Amino acid sequence: MTGTLSINGTELRISLRGDEVLLDVLRDLGHTEVKEGCREGACGSCLVLLDGVLVNSCQVLAASALGREITTVKGLGTFHEPHPIQEAFVETGAVQCGFCTPGMVLATFALLKKNPRPSEEQIRHALDGNLCRCTGYVKIIEAVRLAAERMASDA
Amino acid sequence: MPKHSEQPAQPGKLYVGRSLPKNDALALATAQELFTADYASEGALHCALLYSPHAHAEIRSIDTEAALAVEGVVDILSYKNVPRILHTSAGQGYPEPSPYDAVLFDRRMRFVGDRAALVAAVTLEAAREAVQKIEVDYEILEPLLDRRRAMDEGVPRLHGGEDHAKIPVVYEPEKNLAAEVQIAFGELEKGFAQAELVEEHDYSLPAASHCAMEPHAALAYIDQRGRLVIVTTTQVPFHARRIVSKLIGCPLHRIRVIKPRIGGGFGGKQEVILEPLVALVAWRNKRPARLVLSRREVFVATRTRHAADLHLKTGAVKDGSITALQMDCLLEAGAYGTHSLTVLSNVGAKVLPLFNKIENIRFHGRSVYTNLPVSGAYRGYGATQGYFAWNQQIDAVARWAGQDVVEYCKRWHIRAGETSGVFEALGEGKEGVSQVVQSCGLSECLDRGARAIGWTEKRDKRIRVGEDRVKGVGLAVAMQGSGIPLIDMGAAAMKMNEDGSFNLYAGATDIGTGSDTILAQIAAEVLGVPIEKIIVLSSDTDLTPFDVGAYASSTTYVSGQAVKACAEKIAAQILATAASLLETNAESLQLEAETVRDKTGKKSISFEEVATSATYNRDQYQIQAQASYTCQQSPPPFIAQFAEVDVDIKTGRVEVVRFVSAADCGRPINPVLAEGQIEGAVVNGLSYALWEEYRYDENGRMTNPRFWDYKIFTARDIPEMQTILVDSEEPTGPFGAKSIGEVAINGPAPAIANAVYDAVGVRIRDLPITPEKVWRALRDERGAVDSAPTTGRSAGS
Repeated sequence: MTGTLSINGTELRISLRGDEVLLDVLRDLGHTEVKEGCREGACGSCLVLLDGVLVNSCQVLAASALGREITTVKGLGTFHEPHPIQEAFVETGAVQCGFCTPGMVLATFALLKKNPRPSEEQIRHALDGNLCRCTGYVKIIEAVRLAAERMASDA
Repeated sequence: MPKHSEQPAQPGKLYVGRSLPKNDALALATAQELFTADYASEGALHCALLYSPHAHAEIRSIDTEAALAVEGVVDILSYKNVPRILHTSAGQGYPEPSPYDAVLFDRRMRFVGDRAALVAAVTLEAAREAVQKIEVDYEILEPLLDRRRAMDEGVPRLHGGEDHAKIPVVYEPEKNLAAEVQIAFGELEKGFAQAELVEEHDYSLPAASHCAMEPHAALAYIDQRGRLVIVTTTQVPFHARRIVSKLIGCPLHRIRVIKPRIGGGFGGKQEVILEPLVALVAWRNKRPARLVLSRREVFVATRTRHAADLHLKTGAVKDGSITALQMDCLLEAGAYGTHSLTVLSNVGAKVLPLFNKIENIRFHGRSVYTNLPVSGAYRGYGATQGYFAWNQQIDAVARWAGQDVVEYCKRWHIRAGETSGVFEALGEGKEGVSQVVQSCGLSECLDRGARAIGWTEKRDKRIRVGEDRVKGVGLAVAMQGSGIPLIDMGAAAMKMNEDGSFNLYAGATDIGTGSDTILAQIAAEVLGVPIEKIIVLSSDTDLTPFDVGAYASSTTYVSGQAVKACAEKIAAQILATAASLLETNAESLQLEAETVRDKTGKKSISFEEVATSATYNRDQYQIQAQASYTCQQSPPPFIAQFAEVDVDIKTGRVEVVRFVSAADCGRPINPVLAEGQIEGAVVNGLSYALWEEYRYDENGRMTNPRFWDYKIFTARDIPEMQTILVDSEEPTGPFGAKSIGEVAINGPAPAIANAVYDAVGVRIRDLPITPEKVWRALRDERGAVDSAPTTGRSAGS
């Protein structure tokens, strides 16, 4: 089938098979910022926003994303214009190997959009679908808190 | 709320001792950086593997006709067309201390997940379809699945024939013995005869997965001049180049290994598994080839922590003095013996020196083959296994002697100025290297950690939390090393650019630890320039000097010293050039804020002017240097770790509510990165203590190779964590630093086990500490204080 994928605001006309998974389609299109960690929806490395809703792209058929708005971590900020969440991750030491970071940043973004002043418990809950083996999560939680503070004061 | 300690910058230092952000952090957070699987590989052949479904079998024949007929299939590798070259996949120095017991493709299958064949095809779908169509005729052999029976008469043997050790060590494949280590000091039996207490117990730990978030991957291609380039998820690029060269018959000088960003290693990527496969496909077909493992493949077909059985016997007298310590260890190598000797050595070598006043010691360990997944390097590297048992023994002895275990540890631990015979007796595949400990902050770690956890308020109090939960606190202490003495070598090169910036080429391998940043901070400190002026390129076998790689807690200590020495040579050249330009002598000059100044303050010249002159104007030469460093000793970092648990006496569930780590890693180069190493290791250790284990069915097949069934901690599962860095000054380290990468994974399991005992009086001696085990122990003991050791006798409790 053919259709339009909208990725980070850019529309792309593509053709795909019905059984293709969004994660593979995105990576094949060069969006390697979407990582594959388990392919079972258990680790959060491949998170993207689909019409603003957080999904594990390994669990989504690409066909079902046609005509909808996909946001990857590169849609939030860039090296030269990073998002406050990305800056907070850098400053708190929340990035070690960085493989889980795109998913963590997107999970944080989704949380703060819904709940700009989350409690620690709410932060932990929101990150429950994201595995990280490097940091022990301590500095990631700190990064979310810092980002929340900054974004709240900017708002 | 988790908090991290505030660290002042090191006195008199500008760039070390500061928590600067990692120099790749922003690029990672914005996903600009590339990991191996992210590399574009146009026209690459996709590889897929066929694995043995049997734990033990001999391939009678392989029929690849139907597989080759699948459209897009280009090559199939198996024992039929790949030379049989014995080697070890262990990424260690040469000659490796691991036995040469593996070939790329064998007829003998030694575990469920052993490699039977590889298909390379133009699409992944075609490769996978072809894998399904390979017909293998297996002669099924009886498997050996119980490590405790591995050396019995009449059990299956896994290895033999030409398998051999590369160095003179005990290796007896005819007995399934992959390695054996034994040391003894003093008179053990006399020590036990003197004892008024003998604590003798069995302990057991399961295999575990590293669970680096990035699965193993490798890409190989032939460059424009016919050289083989390998991009790979490795901790050991230089060892990978050496091993690939040997296995595929391509001269080393025609191979280049590039390490991009790596998504975590923890020892799991200190193995050369995929590189020879993609290299062979690319070399044979003169086309790029890529292989990316699934999570299931990572679990089953890469490497695990060595499962272990330990038997500890401790004799003590009333004042708490330990009169004898016997430690026996059985490690499960699994199907191949990679790291089996050295992990085994470290069960003793990293544990026994900690209480160095014990005179009568015997350590005996064996690693044995079984038809189960392959064990290998894993953060902690044997120390984790040893300390789980040892710390519980110490807890029991201190209790029996009526002493607080915090004070007990302070009394007995090794101190600066002291040594242990174990350092010299137990090395990595050979005798060790004697050393006198020159820095040890463990007593301060114990004091500060105890205060932070509220030790005196909670220990032995059995505070009730609601109806069914009881609080307990437990302690574990540990040490590790900093590199492998007289073996590990790191090297670095630097050059100065005409704007006064520097390129640093380090062999060291940043796998997410932040070593690129640590090394830049060390160079920046020597030269007095901001870290932005140090442009780091690391781990490319064509571009950087050699380094053994990221393992054995070596990068900051070993590679850091190489960088420091290199930067000092650069500084000397800058001073000499400036002296000539300022018409003075170099001794009267000093480096300060990117400027060379006369000590009287009258004359000065900027780095930019020095470099520009040296490059373009006068006596032109490239300001550049290189340096190597081999560690002469391995100064241990120390740690005291405290767990506070709530134990549900109805269900046996253990919740860790608070965890404190107080660590002495010398003077940390970057405190936040050091904390990150500790926190990551702690959570891995907590997860291992309570949840993680490989489970097998009766045929030796792993039944839980997925994150839904092999659960690891998430942000929701972690306790309140506190990390305390206790500075000491390590005179042999770069700016006083020691290592921190591994030591913190050793304490969580024994600290929790000791806390469970403190809460409810039962000892759990086999991991993981599941609700069922605690519940059963409570039922059996009816909550009484443990007085019945699992084996042997106990003189009282």
